[in-house]
Amino acid sequence: MAVIRDVMPAFELYQPGSVADAQKLLEQHGPDAWVLAGGLDSFDWLKDRIRKPKVVVDLSGIEELRGVRTTGDGIEIGAMTTLTEIVNHPVIKQRYSLLAQAAEVVASPQIRNQGTLGGNVSQDTRCWYYRGGWPCYRAGGNICYADTPEGRNREHAILHADRCVAVNPSDTAPALIALDAKFVLRTPKGERVIDAEDYFIGPEIDITRLHILQPGDLLTAIRIPSAWAGAQFYFEKVRDRNVWDFPLLNVASAMVLSGGTIERMRIAVNGAAARPLRLKPVEDAVRSQPRNAATGEMAGKLSVRGAVPLQFNAYKIPLMRNLVKRAISGVEEATWTC
Amino acid sequence: MDNQKTDNDKAAGTAKAAERQYGTGYKLIGKNYVTPDLYAKVTGQAKYAEDFRAEGMLFCKLLLSPMPHARVKRIHSDAALAMPGVKAILTANDLPAPADTLTDNGTVIKASKWGERGLTNEPVYQGEPILAVAAVDELTAAEAIEKIQIDFERLPFVVDPLDTLRPGGPNPRTDGNVWTRPAGPNPGPPEVTELKWTHADFAELDHGRLPRGKAPDEWAYGDVDSGFKNAELVLDETFVTPDTSHQTLETRSAMAYWQNGKVYIYTGTQSTAQTLPAIARWLNISPDNVVFISEYTGGGFGSKITGGVSMIIPALLAKKTNTPVMMRISREEETFIGRARPSFQGRMKVGFSKEGRITALDMFVICDNGPYDSVGDAPSSGRIVSLLYQPQAMRWRGLTVLTNTPPRSAQSSPGGLQGIVIIEPIIAKAARRLGVDQVAIRRINCPEGKAPFGPLAQGKQQYATSAFLKEALDRGAEQFKWSERVARTPKRRGTKVRGVGVSLSCYVGGTIGFDGLLVIKPDGRITFQSGIGNLGTESVIDVHRVGAEVLGVPWEKCDVVWGNTTKNLPFTCVSGGSQTTHAMTRAAHATAMDAKKKLQEIAAKKLGGKPEQYEVANERVFRKGGAGMTLAQAAKYAIQLGGVYDGHEAGADLHKLTKASVAALAGQGLVAAAKDNYPRDGSTFSYVASFAEVEVDVETGKYYIVDFLASADVGTVIHPRALGGQVLGRSVLGIGHAIGQKWVFDPHYGEMVSKRFHHNKPPTILDVPVDMQWTALDIPDPETPVGARGIGEPPVGGGCASILNALSDALGDEIFQRAPVNADTILTSLEAGRPMQHPLTAHI
Repeated sequence: MAVIRDVMPAFELYQPGSVADAQKLLEQHGPDAWVLAGGLDSFDWLKDRIRKPKVVVDLSGIEELRGVRTTGDGIEIGAMTTLTEIVNHPVIKQRYSLLAQAAEVVASPQIRNQGTLGGNVSQDTRCWYYRGGWPCYRAGGNICYADTPEGRNREHAILHADRCVAVNPSDTAPALIALDAKFVLRTPKGERVIDAEDYFIGPEIDITRLHILQPGDLLTAIRIPSAWAGAQFYFEKVRDRNVWDFPLLNVASAMVLSGGTIERMRIAVNGAAARPLRLKPVEDAVRSQPRNAATGEMAGKLSVRGAVPLQFNAYKIPLMRNLVKRAISGVEEATWTC
Repeated sequence: MDNQKTDNDKAAGTAKAAERQYGTGYKLIGKNYVTPDLYAKVTGQAKYAEDFRAEGMLFCKLLLSPMPHARVKRIHSDAALAMPGVKAILTANDLPAPADTLTDNGTVIKASKWGERGLTNEPVYQGEPILAVAAVDELTAAEAIEKIQIDFERLPFVVDPLDTLRPGGPNPRTDGNVWTRPAGPNPGPPEVTELKWTHADFAELDHGRLPRGKAPDEWAYGDVDSGFKNAELVLDETFVTPDTSHQTLETRSAMAYWQNGKVYIYTGTQSTAQTLPAIARWLNISPDNVVFISEYTGGGFGSKITGGVSMIIPALLAKKTNTPVMMRISREEETFIGRARPSFQGRMKVGFSKEGRITALDMFVICDNGPYDSVGDAPSSGRIVSLLYQPQAMRWRGLTVLTNTPPRSAQSSPGGLQGIVIIEPIIAKAARRLGVDQVAIRRINCPEGKAPFGPLAQGKQQYATSAFLKEALDRGAEQFKWSERVARTPKRRGTKVRGVGVSLSCYVGGTIGFDGLLVIKPDGRITFQSGIGNLGTESVIDVHRVGAEVLGVPWEKCDVVWGNTTKNLPFTCVSGGSQTTHAMTRAAHATAMDAKKKLQEIAAKKLGGKPEQYEVANERVFRKGGAGMTLAQAAKYAIQLGGVYDGHEAGADLHKLTKASVAALAGQGLVAAAKDNYPRDGSTFSYVASFAEVEVDVETGKYYIVDFLASADVGTVIHPRALGGQVLGRSVLGIGHAIGQKWVFDPHYGEMVSKRFHHNKPPTILDVPVDMQWTALDIPDPETPVGARGIGEPPVGGGCASILNALSDALGDEIFQRAPVNADTILTSLEAGRPMQHPLTAHI
């Protein structure tokens, strides 16, 4: 069978108006159904004809999935809220600006107008072998093309490789982990609320997907508790170009200080492994330490212990080390003067 | 609208470009104006190839080769053809035999057996089109292609030029791996032959240096050995430049249909006039049976010089099905068939005097040609480096090596960018070692006046018509506040380091000998017939401002006809090689002078006296203090007189295409047509001095371009806003090569992994400073009547090299030895204290 790309195959399109209707459709069609949020991940798979679902369930008409609500303890963001809405939302900007900073550097303005928070955290990896349709482990085969002597792996993983060396490309995911967000799932068995970091999985759990959603599940909302509201936030994304590009690496942290001492901290990086990594050893090591360069350096070195470079991605080790350091001890003039 | 300013403004040398006035003493030349195509482009009314529709139109899709090199043994297409809605399949067997070329003086150039034909039974790169399916819609065509099974015989392949040069290395084509020119007094066209180096040659690779085995092409002048012996400093550096896709925003979609034995083709091009004979040759039909329509083209950069051979696919399917066929080319397909700049693996040994003057230069380059026609980048690189840096002695050697990677073509400053990018970091390093200022070292080596360049022919070198690059360098340094930036301390604040860089840049800037054609209508309006391609450079319209200026006619009375070969266009240069502004302002000038001569003769005939007593101005032809007539009246008389005056007779030296257009316009008014026979002493080049400042974060390797200025020596400025667009736009094209654009190949499978924009990273508007600056000297070139030279390509090399030089100023010389330079290169090299990027591996 010859291969052709860039012509979307036919499918049945359903546009339910409620989560309940969406769930009914997913239950009805099982693995034949594809869930469509903003489409920025889905359309690439569909247009390349690498995925050919019989049924697409489009969530864009479900109002209850949109919007930011204040709750008793924090906020709840509908999974279909666009990244632009998040960047501009006054409560998020005021109290949870870490998320706004992360959302603002995703892709491009046009993509942020269409892309959703739920979609951004649920997006698939961008390994160019996997996305190009090569029959690798993640695609159900028995080889990883990136992890070979000649494989081109500049943007691949330095940590927790397990047959697959692809990375999670989300910018909002580490910010949500740092904010101790909770993800609200609607499954056929009912609602589940899980910690953000538990939403993501590595290849040792399931090599074919980056998150825990099974066919029939929906991510409906993301809750951010008030525990880290107004904390000292740090977000930095390093990418080649100043727009469009996925992170080579990013870091997100929330820190509570008393005086010059770190009382507590949550910190996560993405682009280093198949899932965003909450750096718990670092959090433990810096607790009650002075917030200074020495602590930052110690934390940076700790964070890359066990990192294994591939042919082309060794730079990610000093990069991760330095980003973790900067998250803790800051960077002189982090904003550009141009 | 149009300003009339005085010389005071020229004196305000440090005024920003936006405020500078050009065109002193002219009404139209050097003034901004709105081109007639602008509203159509901005409102979406402009039709590009993909916008056209014809009744019953079919759509075709391509089946691309999954392998880098193979032979098609059998195509199983029954299941596809059985689908309702599938109308035809086109394979390489359906292509007409490639036609020989007949040049204007009757020489026959036989069709190359290695030439690219559009479809193939022996794919030579992964992604090459093997066949096309025409169906009622694209969905059906795609499903049909998925039903096609092809039996392949795999053939050896190679994607890195060094791998095929190794003894025993695989060949990309069955006939060999290198383009060579046959020996002999009258060498024929280039041939593909086999060339292997020795194991001893490859020992250099172990030291990170380019091996320099046998090179089929070589020239030299001066005494290179004693130049090195007498040098204060000798540097020997190896550098690799990236392959960069042209990535025109408009892909090469094409639509075609046949009517009464003629084929009508709609697609993008860089030359309306010259694409017609190319189509005729590809289809092996008479040019009289070709109609080519191309009013708007979304970019070319050298990839659509006469369109692309792929346009024959819908043409042949349209013939087969007797129905119009649209072929829409996707971005990924465009990455495969849309051309790219070849990478150079290069090495230069350069000797410097203590002031920084280049005493000797030994240049060796390998050009990755892809699998098809030989590109001229390697020889061009030698000529450009020779001109731009005026080495006292020079030796150039080059190979053009074939690989199983997508086809290359010239891309804006072909060979020029690569040569400049290889030598400029060496000059920057030498300046640091010798303690010489970066601007000063380039000023010492810079070309001036009738600067010589290139190999000797009959004991003599060629030379440039003029060069004012020293002035451009000085003007740019002043406007960029170079000395202040260099003196600024500290260079480092926290984790941020700033660096400044300067680069020379140049490329060819003009050809001669083309035709112009205009009609003065009986209503007094002038119609300029423009055969120039409209690919966004605006020269299609700009050059005709010269005609209006010479004839003293307000621009509001002028119309320009372009974009369709049935509209009687003259033989025009292609819009490639930065030649258009130079070539076609000459042709426009010659044509306006022909019109003037005819107006004078008509006036003398009707009103008495001698033609030379009459002047042409203010829409009239008149004698001083005496009789005269309007241009409208003169046009009416022209029709009465017939003969040469209204197009019934044409100048003998006009090109046959122009003569046909003149004849078709006969009787419509005063028809003026002329060939550019103006003399020219030297070859025309344009020059740019590029300046950049960067800020690097040494903890992340991320850097920003803080400031950029390009100072241009392009002769007389014709249209400032368009010129600014070209200078800055082409600087950005060059900048892309520094900041991240490249191809990446998996060499084990011979397959490109960087197929989309987000993989191969072309530069974006957010990657360059908001306030990029340009300025132009506006000094006329003395060897052309209007003084204007071309501009597209000269800024490109400097765009890239100025960034690289700014980076090495910030970070030192132990960071990179290839472009592009990104965080990965910077961080690993800073960690290790030496360049860590693979020195010579291709496509990483």
